[in-house]
Amino acid sequence: MGILSILILNKAGGLIYQRDFNEGLKKLSSNDYLVLAGTFHGVHAITSRISPVPGSGGLEVMESEHFRMQCFQTLTGTKFLIFAQPHQPNIDVIVKRVYELYADYVMKNPFYQIEMPIRCEAFDRNLLAYIQPRQ
Amino acid sequence: MSRQETPFVPFSPNPSLQQGTPTSTAPLKHSLTASSTSNLRYSSSRKSIYDRHLNRSQRSELSKASFAFLFGEMVQYAQKRVSGIQDLEKKLVLNFTVVLIATGVTQFDIPQGWDIVLNLHGYTIGQRLLELLLWRDGRSAKRETRILGILQFITTTLYRSVFNKPADGLEKSRDNEDEYMLIDNDPMVSSYISVPKEMSQLNCAAFVAGIIEAVLDGCLFPSRVTAHSVPTDQYPGKTVFLIKFDESVLEREAVL
Repeated sequence: MGILSILILNKAGGLIYQRDFNEGLKKLSSNDYLVLAGTFHGVHAITSRISPVPGSGGLEVMESEHFRMQCFQTLTGTKFLIFAQPHQPNIDVIVKRVYELYADYVMKNPFYQIEMPIRCEAFDRNLLAYIQPRQ
Repeated sequence: MSRQETPFVPFSPNPSLQQGTPTSTAPLKHSLTASSTSNLRYSSSRKSIYDRHLNRSQRSELSKASFAFLFGEMVQYAQKRVSGIQDLEKKLVLNFTVVLIATGVTQFDIPQGWDIVLNLHGYTIGQRLLELLLWRDGRSAKRETRILGILQFITTTLYRSVFNKPADGLEKSRDNEDEYMLIDNDPMVSSYISVPKEMSQLNCAAFVAGIIEAVLDGCLFPSRVTAHSVPTDQYPGKTVFLIKFDESVLEREAVL
């Protein structure tokens, strides 16, 4: 059980944050992470268009044998992607909390430039402090 | 070009000496129109903050999030003012010198960089805060004359009223007789701020240092207060406010 990885995408589909929480994960190159983020952004846009339900918010959950991916899009278009073990409970609570930490330690930091990669030491610290005990 | 050549006199009573003030009638007209359509915002009860009683301390808590955003803007403003125009920095330093001379400090070294701007912001708040706190104390208000007394006032009364907690420590410097250290493990103003590594010597709690400095100056303990980051594993935001008193304070203390 546990959280594998967290990605944050800006509204243009650029990767602004990526962090693994599991030692066993195979590392991608930083370029591959950018491609992954860009691809997901495109797929998300397509899913919201082809949905039979009008006004759909697009892809939210993707499940496979080895992981479960949860996507949360904020009102401003920032996306939080959380990769977890398949049967991780309460993942929506975790997503909400990560969003809260983002609002606190990234958006309230005067040194952070909006839409740019997140390099906030306090965000890293608090995210780790939240995720680690739940692994 | 003529703008740069004229000396900047921040508090001059003569408007022609003040920068950027157009002469004669233009500002007068402006102030007339401004007073007719007030920009003050009123709550639903039509009462502004000025209508409240000064002694009101109940329900006086403010949103930390709004403060964080406001403070973030102040930090950005300070950065822009310093890195944008070098000329402006000089003016600010001049402004600062005037404040210090007015409060009796003659020997001081001026810190470089934008923390001086934050310090100034805090200074203007500290001046008003001291008056308000003493007024609220009413008849039990006391005039502090000893160094320890005023430092106690800052670590307890002032800290409690502003941050709702006492300061985490107060130490006397071992090396220098005139230096005291006030310790805050997690300064409220910078709890959401991570300073980039390339600016790690700067600390946004310079704002709080400004408040402390103004209170000390206001009680006639001329001093310089600077904020320094001393991160530990347990308290990554730990800040030490270094208080360096003027010689005159120590001389007086020796007599007392």
